[in-house]
Amino acid sequence: MTEEESASYNRTVLSYIQLAAERGVYDIRGLGAKRHLPSFDDLVFLTASASRYPLEGYREKCDTKTILGSLRATQPIELEIPITIAGMSFGALSANAKEAIGRAATNMGTSTTTGDGGMTPEERESSKTLIYQCLPSRYGFNPADVLRADGIEIVIGQGAKPGGGGMLLGQKISDRVAEMRTLPAGIDQRSACRHPDWTGPDDLAIKIDELREITDWQIPIYVKIGATRVKEDVKLAVKAGADVVVVDGMQGGTAATQQVFIEHTGIPTLPAVRLAAEALDDLNVVGEVQLVVSGGIRSGADVAKALALGADAVAIGQGALMAMGCNSAHWVHNEKLVDATPEYESLGISPGFCHHCQSGRCPVGITTQDADLTTRLSPEWGARRLKNYLQVMTMELTTLARACGKSNVHHLEPEDLVALTVEAAAMAKVPLAGTDWIPGDRSNEK
Amino acid sequence: MCGIVGLLGKTAEIRESLGGRLTPMFTCMAARGPDSGGLAVFNRPLDDSIRRYSVYSPDRNQDWDGLGQLLRNHLSSDSLSTDKASKIPDFQIRAIENHATIIGNFDTLDLTEEISRFCPALHVLSVGRSIEVYKDAGEPAEIARRFRFDSLSGTHCVGHTRMATESAVTPAHSHPFTGGEDFCLVHNGSLSNPYMLRRKLEREGLQFETDNDTEAACRYIQWKLDIGATLEEALHQAFVELDGFYTFLMATHNQLTLVRDAFACKPAVVAETEDYVAVASEFRSLAHLPNVSDANIFEPEPEEIYSWPV
Amino acid sequence: MASVEEDIVMDLARQSLRDVNRFLHENGSSLSGKHVRILNPAGNHSVAVGLNETMTVQIDGHVGYYAAGMNRLSTVTIAGNAGCGVAENMMSGTVHVRGNASTCAGASAHGGQLFIDGNAASRCGISLKGGDIVVGGDVSTLSGFMAQAGRIVICGDAGPGLGDSLYEAVIYLRGEHRGLGADACEEPMSDEDYDLLQKLLVAAGTNYDPQQFKRIASARTLYHWNADRDQEY
Repeated sequence: MTEEESASYNRTVLSYIQLAAERGVYDIRGLGAKRHLPSFDDLVFLTASASRYPLEGYREKCDTKTILGSLRATQPIELEIPITIAGMSFGALSANAKEAIGRAATNMGTSTTTGDGGMTPEERESSKTLIYQCLPSRYGFNPADVLRADGIEIVIGQGAKPGGGGMLLGQKISDRVAEMRTLPAGIDQRSACRHPDWTGPDDLAIKIDELREITDWQIPIYVKIGATRVKEDVKLAVKAGADVVVVDGMQGGTAATQQVFIEHTGIPTLPAVRLAAEALDDLNVVGEVQLVVSGGIRSGADVAKALALGADAVAIGQGALMAMGCNSAHWVHNEKLVDATPEYESLGISPGFCHHCQSGRCPVGITTQDADLTTRLSPEWGARRLKNYLQVMTMELTTLARACGKSNVHHLEPEDLVALTVEAAAMAKVPLAGTDWIPGDRSNEK
Repeated sequence: MCGIVGLLGKTAEIRESLGGRLTPMFTCMAARGPDSGGLAVFNRPLDDSIRRYSVYSPDRNQDWDGLGQLLRNHLSSDSLSTDKASKIPDFQIRAIENHATIIGNFDTLDLTEEISRFCPALHVLSVGRSIEVYKDAGEPAEIARRFRFDSLSGTHCVGHTRMATESAVTPAHSHPFTGGEDFCLVHNGSLSNPYMLRRKLEREGLQFETDNDTEAACRYIQWKLDIGATLEEALHQAFVELDGFYTFLMATHNQLTLVRDAFACKPAVVAETEDYVAVASEFRSLAHLPNVSDANIFEPEPEEIYSWPV
Repeated sequence: MASVEEDIVMDLARQSLRDVNRFLHENGSSLSGKHVRILNPAGNHSVAVGLNETMTVQIDGHVGYYAAGMNRLSTVTIAGNAGCGVAENMMSGTVHVRGNASTCAGASAHGGQLFIDGNAASRCGISLKGGDIVVGGDVSTLSGFMAQAGRIVICGDAGPGLGDSLYEAVIYLRGEHRGLGADACEEPMSDEDYDLLQKLLVAAGTNYDPQQFKRIASARTLYHWNADRDQEY
């Protein structure tokens, strides 16, 4: 007798139902959407050929400099590479992790972003270019930090949970976190999902102006959205006055939110980039208002594809944590590997399968406030690892760009790409490999 | 998202200069709505048998005289039923740029239907004995200049400047939306169930011109009014059936009405004196009005209906 | 631009908002202890935002959104009505609205005092993180929504949903409410409450009797997920 697993009621679904029945509360977890989605993996570059000539690696320059917020700010953001670090809160992450991220980014000449908990001195000191998030919760938001930020990112939503507010469970609301967020220690924090003092892009425009007035128009204002009605939202963000629009696709991560949000809301990053780029084009602000894309950016290939489809830069979150040990079987003490498997097992999983950032028991000391666990990530070691990862991504990006004959990564364009599946072709609006066909594009029809 | 403005004159002086008072309110709200704008103005009703049609043309150089001739020819042609053919409606066309008003006694003839059949590029914006509606895409200040809003007079008016959200920027999508005769509505906010409303209303036989969520709200109220509800009753039912965020400013020939949804996140300010009632999304739009410093200035409570008679 | 003297007068009918705000920011230390008057605000938004010195500012007229936003140390008086978000995110100092305030007054303020002589509209003190708000008149719906710390004193009546999702902020209400919000409950007043309230009422320039007030605070039943409590998520 053979056992047949149901596709609809498979082991994952069974486990979900059983857990719901046991707990009576929805499942909350970290990271991003796990299910298979159309992604940049389904696109490939048409690199050099008889008709297009490549640049020599190492010898022929490929420029990666990136400017964000050039339109109105007297001090736009100048980056050495088009890969930034996305907003992740102190609270979600340990202080050591935030410091490691700051150091690595500074080393590579790029920016980091605060998260839903305010700015810590460690991250301001360790990060040369720091973008300060203004979120619905306004935890810790204050004018002193506004004035020492290099940019402000007004968050309407994020890819993991567009329409949902931030979340941090009691086990991670340490005394320090609680104080920063003006909350009682140990409670389960659920942030608001709308800003307290504005709703809608017409009132957002007034809020953006207020922040400009407070900062005397010196620094750029970003607006971040989770990818849902991307084209309309990007247009509205531009009309409301955003200098930079950040679009976070479905694969974007979180430290804690309801599983139902992560897997069932938002569109993948692949169609989101294209829609956002088209929105900027429709409004004729390409080159004036910049686009940053995030959500499942893992490699230099992903960066290159995002740029080719119209992004000016990308942001990484989950990848940065993984570079510093997230889901690794070991943590490192004095250059020696120490087995972390017991801690994974105590969470009920193995390395490579962990998404329990919400538990506060991160086996490698990243997404935790526990005094012992946080020592597992040394800022120096973490910074080195993240810097290496950023460096590799940049090298991969320039390798691909050179192979396409570009001396500047920002010269990558959609025509450099073809798709391997019909879905990817339709979403990215590039032809299916081997054909002229872009599904849904009727512009060439007679 | 958008800006709304409204002005009701209680005195002859304000009514005479209604457009002049309204224009700075309107252009101020362009900051909230830079994409398009519209204005509905109400005057003393025409005789019972007469109707005023407001017509929009996408052609800035529309030949309105030519249209008038075409219309006369069409109405006297054999293509109409013999009953009507015996009586050719007498009408006048008054035009300003790409906007015209057709006033006449059309009896049972549905002029909107006729125009849509033989002159489909034109768009009838409103029908009634009191109402006249101007709409266009573009910069609100330019719209106000082109249609000479500052020279208008009337008992009350409702205006709107639009920042397009989910539907396109076209004149048809601009507010005010009208339904039936002498009713108009402008909206600041975003309905979250416009499509199911639309499907329900289409089943009731109402016809839609756009996919705009505001049109769904307008037709919903139009429908309720048609089946005999008062505006207040219609709005109470709207509180239940419409979902989302909305500030609605509405007008009929004899009243101006303002409501906000239960969340009341989209702004509205009212300034009332002995001489006028003024409504706007932001106070600064009202700041220039006479004696506004002494006006009773307040904001509508959620799900309360504020009505001022003309 | 006015030179820095005992009384500095600025006029928004003649100067841009940007110039006025920048002047107040850049000359902060020399304006410490000085009086500034701003004429013709005409409903402008973001007037006197981001102040960070002990200056005194009087705004002659009605203001738009976010007046005195993110205020630190300054005393700002608005001789008129204020739009949405007056004194939003204030850290310290005093903001006094002689007229009425629109929605979200004192939103997310961390400290300082906000006095409103007239009525405040909906969501007064939303997301409050410290500091004190005293409203001489009424407040409208959802006031004190998700207020985390600080005190909101309402001398008139309150609209429905008062104190919805309160954390540790406390509301003192003299009049009637039209329904408490989720997790808000009435608690007995203590001597400490009466003392504190007396000081706030006096500071706000009112002479109401603290004994007439009730205390509304969080029942704290929403602080943790709990399957058996039928919590509304």
